[in-house]
Amino acid sequence: MSGAWRLSAGEIARLVARRELSAAEVTRSHLDRISAVEPRVDAFLQLLPDRALERALRLDAALAAGDPAPPLCGVPVAVKDVMDIQGAATTCGSRILEGYEPPFTATAVARLEAAGAIVLGKTNMDEFAMGSSTENSAYKPTRNPWDLRRVPGGSSGGSAAAVAARMVPLALGSDTGGSIRQPAALCGVVGLKPTYGRVSRYGLVAFASSLDQIGTLSRSVADAALVCSQIFGRDPKDATSAAVDVPDLLASLEGGVSGLRVGVPWGFLEQGVESGVLSSFREGLGVLESCGARLIEVALPHSPQAIATYYLVATAEASSNLARYDGVRYGRRKGGSGELRRMYGETRDQGFGPEVKRRIILGTFVLSSGYYDAYYLRAQKVRTLIRKDFEDAFTVCDVVAMPTTPTPAFRFGEKTADPLQMYLADIFTVPANLAGIPGLSLPCGPVGGLPTGLQLLGRPFDEATLLAAGHAFEQATSHHEAEPPL
Amino acid sequence: MARITVETVDHVAKLAHLSLTDEERETFARQLQDILAYAEVIQALDTAAVEPMSHAGSLSPLRDDGPAPGLGRDEALGAAPDPADGLFRVPRIIGG
Repeated sequence: MSGAWRLSAGEIARLVARRELSAAEVTRSHLDRISAVEPRVDAFLQLLPDRALERALRLDAALAAGDPAPPLCGVPVAVKDVMDIQGAATTCGSRILEGYEPPFTATAVARLEAAGAIVLGKTNMDEFAMGSSTENSAYKPTRNPWDLRRVPGGSSGGSAAAVAARMVPLALGSDTGGSIRQPAALCGVVGLKPTYGRVSRYGLVAFASSLDQIGTLSRSVADAALVCSQIFGRDPKDATSAAVDVPDLLASLEGGVSGLRVGVPWGFLEQGVESGVLSSFREGLGVLESCGARLIEVALPHSPQAIATYYLVATAEASSNLARYDGVRYGRRKGGSGELRRMYGETRDQGFGPEVKRRIILGTFVLSSGYYDAYYLRAQKVRTLIRKDFEDAFTVCDVVAMPTTPTPAFRFGEKTADPLQMYLADIFTVPANLAGIPGLSLPCGPVGGLPTGLQLLGRPFDEATLLAAGHAFEQATSHHEAEPPL
Repeated sequence: MARITVETVDHVAKLAHLSLTDEERETFARQLQDILAYAEVIQALDTAAVEPMSHAGSLSPLRDDGPAPGLGRDEALGAAPDPADGLFRVPRIIGG
């Protein structure tokens, strides 16, 4: 097996562009690596080896004919199975979409492929991106490459595990309440959730439309910048994508942190952070300080209410978005020989797993007559307060830092019996989605052999500052280079 | 605070077109009660003068309201469980 599977996305793109390495070799090397470790990790729901090799060979032929090299030339990527690729099934981790083949390709995926990236497969996830451990996948659990008895986090657990296990250097994920950053932290990789509206959601299966955002998982901040340079920006196919210019993200990597004001919400962290995670976090702050950043304390007085706010808003939106799975236009149908309402009920009862049903029930309840004002409307008002806290914080600091998660990866089954315990694991990631701001999780010092994450949150559309700070952090640490013992 | 009973779950499940088993009804009633009890933390805040926030995006221009090609009929029907005569066929709705 050639060693191309250990290379970064940036290195692969450079070597393939110079024709020192062929895209086909790179693809085969990664497919071999997948064959070797995937049986233990189970990161993928579907592999696309023929499609990938065919595209790699076509890219090699184009380069040989003298075509200019695209920016992600020959870089293998994995795509969370919440995004559509025409000609491949989209399951979204659910039985209700089993066998569904979408008639279009998500813009984010199309842009990666147009930039020369090679999609190797689609990764496992919690059903409809609802979960924090990938245990809610209707198909199989994914294991954490650092400890196969533990969860990889979720809902982009397959993408995070695939990147950590060196099956791909890059993967796309989606983040509604932490679904990129939390698994990135638990698997020891870099996870970026861009600003709401930064990446087109055309072809992304909707969960909670005011919160969903596509982002990246990678092994370095530089690779995140490389891929974001391609996927950021307005798309006429997504009315919610923002018409905001994208700066030169690769150039801004070198911005450093000299004089950067890093706000730390110590009061919010009293919500409970495991002591080992807190030590790693303090150590990470020390690294930023030694690179020239200045630490100041900030207050996020309403963030302790973020979990309650999030689970009321997100489930309300989910109950509405998931009404489309009715056995009529796509997906599986059950009870089709009966009457229409019975068909709806049976299709949805047999197609959805327990967590999805729980959230549909909760979301329908908080929107229902008599409860709307007390729950949904009130949560939307608290959301305003949570965002205002960040606006205030960003008048005195440039980024806000906190741990990505309160604990390292937990064991299978540890939180499945009590949904509320699972929800509480998202305490430090949901505020960014509610506020609509970007968040970056960086590999931080391990605790008991398990990775932890340092999270940096930034002003809307200021991913460049997060990437510069993350790059400076990586230059001073080696956590992101650690390879799981597979 | 709202009290969630099995009857509440039944009512909501009907609104959401979900057929639940007896076990699911009881489990959900208990779990939703726990989750809503936790969500009481937001009831203590004074939000009388606060505007609700439905989304974080405001920089998305609307497109011109002009015609544009969309998904063709065959493609739109391609994933349907029971297409017939260029339409989505469904079980009978009334009578029978």
